[in-house]
Amino acid sequence: MKKKKIDLSNMSALLVLIVLCILLSIAEPAFHSFANFINILQQVTVIAVLALGVNIVIFTGGIDISVGSVVAFSGIVMGKLVVEGGMPSIVGVAAALVIGAACGTFNGIMIAKFKLQPMIATLAMMSMARGAALTLAGGETITGYSDGFRWIGIGTVPGTQIPVQIIFMILLYLLFYYIMKYRKFGRYIYSIGGNEEATRLSGINVDKFKTLAYTLSGLCAAIASVILVAKLNSAQSTAGQDYEMDAIASCVIGGTSLLGGFGSVWGTFVGAIIMIVIRNGLNLLNVSANLQKLVIGVVILLAVLADSIRNKAAKK
Amino acid sequence: MGNSRYLVEMNDISVEFPGVKALDRVHFNAVPGEVHVLLGENGAGKSTIMKVLAGVNTNYTGTIIWKGQEITARSVDEQRQRGVSIIFQEMNLLKNLTVAENMFLGRQPLTKTGNIDWKKMNQDARALLDSINSDIPETVQVSALSVGQMQMVEIAKALSFHCDILIMDEPTSALTEKEVESLFSIIQKLKSEGVAIVYISHRLQEILKIGDRLTIFRDGQYINTVNVKDIDIDQMVAMMVGREMTDYYPKVDVAPGEKLLEVKNIRQGTVLKDVSFYARAGEITGFYGLMGAGRTELVRAVFGADPIDSGEIYIKGKQVAIKSCEQAKKLGMALLTEDRKNQGLILEFDLNQNISLPNLDTAMGGLGLDKNKETENNQRLADSVRVKTPSLMQKAKNLSGGNQQKVVICKWLNTDSDIIIFDEPTRGIDVGAKAEIYGIMNDLKKAGKAVIMVSSELAECMGVSDRIYVMHEGEITGVIGTEEIGNLTEEQVVGLATGANKKMSEG
Repeated sequence: MKKKKIDLSNMSALLVLIVLCILLSIAEPAFHSFANFINILQQVTVIAVLALGVNIVIFTGGIDISVGSVVAFSGIVMGKLVVEGGMPSIVGVAAALVIGAACGTFNGIMIAKFKLQPMIATLAMMSMARGAALTLAGGETITGYSDGFRWIGIGTVPGTQIPVQIIFMILLYLLFYYIMKYRKFGRYIYSIGGNEEATRLSGINVDKFKTLAYTLSGLCAAIASVILVAKLNSAQSTAGQDYEMDAIASCVIGGTSLLGGFGSVWGTFVGAIIMIVIRNGLNLLNVSANLQKLVIGVVILLAVLADSIRNKAAKK
Repeated sequence: MGNSRYLVEMNDISVEFPGVKALDRVHFNAVPGEVHVLLGENGAGKSTIMKVLAGVNTNYTGTIIWKGQEITARSVDEQRQRGVSIIFQEMNLLKNLTVAENMFLGRQPLTKTGNIDWKKMNQDARALLDSINSDIPETVQVSALSVGQMQMVEIAKALSFHCDILIMDEPTSALTEKEVESLFSIIQKLKSEGVAIVYISHRLQEILKIGDRLTIFRDGQYINTVNVKDIDIDQMVAMMVGREMTDYYPKVDVAPGEKLLEVKNIRQGTVLKDVSFYARAGEITGFYGLMGAGRTELVRAVFGADPIDSGEIYIKGKQVAIKSCEQAKKLGMALLTEDRKNQGLILEFDLNQNISLPNLDTAMGGLGLDKNKETENNQRLADSVRVKTPSLMQKAKNLSGGNQQKVVICKWLNTDSDIIIFDEPTRGIDVGAKAEIYGIMNDLKKAGKAVIMVSSELAECMGVSDRIYVMHEGEITGVIGTEEIGNLTEEQVVGLATGANKKMSEG
């Protein structure tokens, strides 16, 4: 019975996506070309990877609005080390991942141990990480990476036109799907969102798993940052602005409940694609960037409304 | 049809909550100028019927005749305007507002310009507090008050509404002796003014002192209404507990084994004052006491759910430091909380997820969680305690109270713990399911587990337990050994629980 329900909420996002694609194909035939398909997936990677981490935080009933800033901070650190410090790319990538995970862990400790509101704790981190990025970079853009590193962002799988960043994204999603569905960790994360106190009284170390959820969110932000820098060949202290909102919106559109306890990894993937498809379609239709923002807002509102109506129906 | 002698008559009142019949065609009436006591064990339905009269519980069936006219109690506001005032058992004060702000919440006096008239509000509050001989400052924040003082504020607030009937739900449970005295003189004054007082209390001595008439409920059923002067404490207890209940507690004889759990001198703020006890294998150790005696706090502290200030815990003779529920679980303890809906279950999740949670190892296959293995294991557990559900895919919230409790039991059977603590295991569940839960506890006892049961129902506690600790205000006021359980009268045990008399013996 429950299985059916989760599938249904997945399905509704998927259904919206299919309808959207059909409508856009009719309005603009260029939409349904293979090139545009790859283009959409390429555009979705950064947001999809960010949303993957934020999703886990939302499963626990929390929120993480610091990920956009963490993208900038970890990217700048990597740029400083690799471009200005002359370190091997792999060291830079490792440093970025460590910075991302550390920011997330810090959030987690503030929230789990010191009982700060998730919104407030990550709001502080949003400002701190952005400030750190701006200070470190001093306003400049750090460019000039090795081809090997840039392959992550612009390379294709040998013999095909499939960008490797898409492969990375899909592998990450498969990994997280496995963790959330088949590992104890996943069950604990959902349980915390379902009823934190009952989970704690079941002898589960709630603080540890909550903290880990934020660590993963920070880590995903850093991975997104690596892909972004490799794509653009530049690290900027202003990178990732508003990305947290796109990530949260992806989760919500994909059927993740902001109350925690419910949602799926694949739903979020579909949610992220819906976001990008709308942007892509509006671009093809020559709708201005300003109006696009308005449309995206309406879509988010509809998604949250659907979530709320679903919850109400479930309460009955 | 209404007898004009009565201020209010309530007939055939029934209230049903999901899975449990809280009230089953009960009666209650009150005349002006009397103190009408409502007596019964926890869960008997005393508060429920008063919440009907006060307009809090609006989904009732039956008739209410108010001053000779049939009415429907639709909301608190409406009933208050009719003249029904209620002081709830649970405090309804906002802690970060002042005493005066709380008393006039939502009806603050205003100045001509529409601002709150602080001066008048504080003066009015002062006058009300003076009228009950209270020296609580009206401008202090409620968070700074003691529980007893908060209770007095509640009383003053209730008096600020002109009322024909004033309902007090266990008003003295948190009061000092001096405060109780002044409350009684307020009651006498109100009586002489013709106000009817409904007085809910467990303190039998108090009832004899101030009650005029007495209505007794048991398990949601109306038992009797009598004049207080025609009855003594033994008769009250007999009606409250019900004699025929005794035979449905099947006792199993098991020779107690070693002390699996021993707690020495545990302290926690003002809630637990130097509590020591032990629980043996093959034995059900009962904890009896009134609400607020500290029993729930005690078992939560032992299970690591709340921190303790000092004290020692020994498991199988070895001293341990328990700082979290996780540790307690690893040491072989299980706690089935009093509040199973909010603390025992994840209501929106299915039974499978709920049962597996404390021990997911039983659901792990080679590649991770194995749904088939999980269902198989959980089905076996659910069958062993006879959970009634169409499938384990059912959400926990869709089950009745008794079945929910069984699911919580399954959760902990899944961990194979040695020390199993049941906190009010039968609260709010029907009689049939109660008997089944006792059966499960006896099975655990036979299997050599140390079973601990916290209960507010005296008959249950005496019927099921092998040894009983009686608690009162954070202290153990009596230990009743196995041989003594049959010999002690219920009145003596209630005496211990109300702090009336203290007795110590080792069993």
